[in-house]
Amino acid sequence: MQVSTDTVWQWLSEVPDPEIPVISLTDLGIIRDVSWDEDTLVVTVTPTYTGCPATSVINLDIETKLRSCGIDDLRLEQKLTPAWTTDWLTAEGREKLRQYGIAPPAEEQAQRGGGTDARVARLTGLKNLVVACPRCGSQNTEKISQFGSTPCKAAYRCRACLEPFDYFKCH
Amino acid sequence: MVTRSEHIASDILFEWLLRRGDTALILGHRVSEWCGHAPVLEEDIALANIALDLIGQSRLWLGYAGEVEDKGRGENELAYLRDAWHFRNVLLAEQPNGDFGNTLMRQFLIDAWQDALLEALKSSADERIAEIAVKAGKEVAYHLDRSSDLVIRLGDGTPESHRRMQDALDTLWPYVGEMFVADAVDEAMAEAGLAPDPQTLKPGWEETVAAVFKQATLTQPQSDFAHKGGLTGRHSEHLGHLLSEMQFLQRAYPGATW
Repeated sequence: MQVSTDTVWQWLSEVPDPEIPVISLTDLGIIRDVSWDEDTLVVTVTPTYTGCPATSVINLDIETKLRSCGIDDLRLEQKLTPAWTTDWLTAEGREKLRQYGIAPPAEEQAQRGGGTDARVARLTGLKNLVVACPRCGSQNTEKISQFGSTPCKAAYRCRACLEPFDYFKCH
Repeated sequence: MVTRSEHIASDILFEWLLRRGDTALILGHRVSEWCGHAPVLEEDIALANIALDLIGQSRLWLGYAGEVEDKGRGENELAYLRDAWHFRNVLLAEQPNGDFGNTLMRQFLIDAWQDALLEALKSSADERIAEIAVKAGKEVAYHLDRSSDLVIRLGDGTPESHRRMQDALDTLWPYVGEMFVADAVDEAMAEAGLAPDPQTLKPGWEETVAAVFKQATLTQPQSDFAHKGGLTGRHSEHLGHLLSEMQFLQRAYPGATW
């Protein structure tokens, strides 16, 4: 008998992200669909970043989990559209990130305006993002580098408590 | 899902897709050469991550190219089992890293072009091209923010950093023209509504680089002399050396897999 897709979603919510294990794949928002194609369970996944080295590990983890739950016939599909955005991170996922010491992406900032004027404004400091320190909550922070320990994060430092921290960058 | 365009001959589409995939792959490999050698740890990490993004984008383009060609070649065969004259990247992407300033200037000039190109490709009549452009476009916009920032900071930095950035700009400038030249492949793609004519990207690109160079106190060279040939497989001597490293494993152990 086929298990319900709700049950499969529940199972997938127990699979941690391989690089940020405090959040699950469903918190991250990269599982796009779960459905049955006759006797085959189809799980559709979208990549966070095209070159994210965790992508193949994520696929393996999904397959391992579902097989351990008794699913023998399954297929993983990659879907690029609509492209993943940090706005899909769940509220619960954001809070888990913060508690883990990673500042979550500024909400609804992913679709920022493009164009030369906007870029020059960002670069000359007129429109810098305010990122609160995940440890002490201070907004007196500064960006050290646009990339942190993984492609999805930037490196910041808190001027109040002096701790460095990762910021899950908007995308 | 294959949304191969019915509006164009597959050999033309294949050729055009190789230009996209190879430019991302070769630039990605060049940037990855910095891994473990950058001036500070944060920059080392940033360069490695940018290389990853570029190689990821290359996989999407070359994967599609392999499907269009339909001769059983996938992204891996296209990346590792072709020699220099079969690569279709712009010459600028294969130019050696030089110093950190030269690497950043090369990145900036290409980022600004890719940003304009991918933006236009979002409305391609080929759905597959459009969806890759949306995905890659987000990453390239972020790269452009970073390379613009560093070009400004180093150009408008110390006398030494300014001199190095100006030297880099003067050295690389003869390679920018190739990015905006249209040939029969581009004309066919434009006519079918699949891609913009490269010449139409130039005004937007010029606006971006002029704004950044002004902030960076750098002088844009006036010459419009352009080295060409990369897009049709006539490369500088640097590409063969790059491939000998990138393709070493497959050359030494043909068909090796994990």
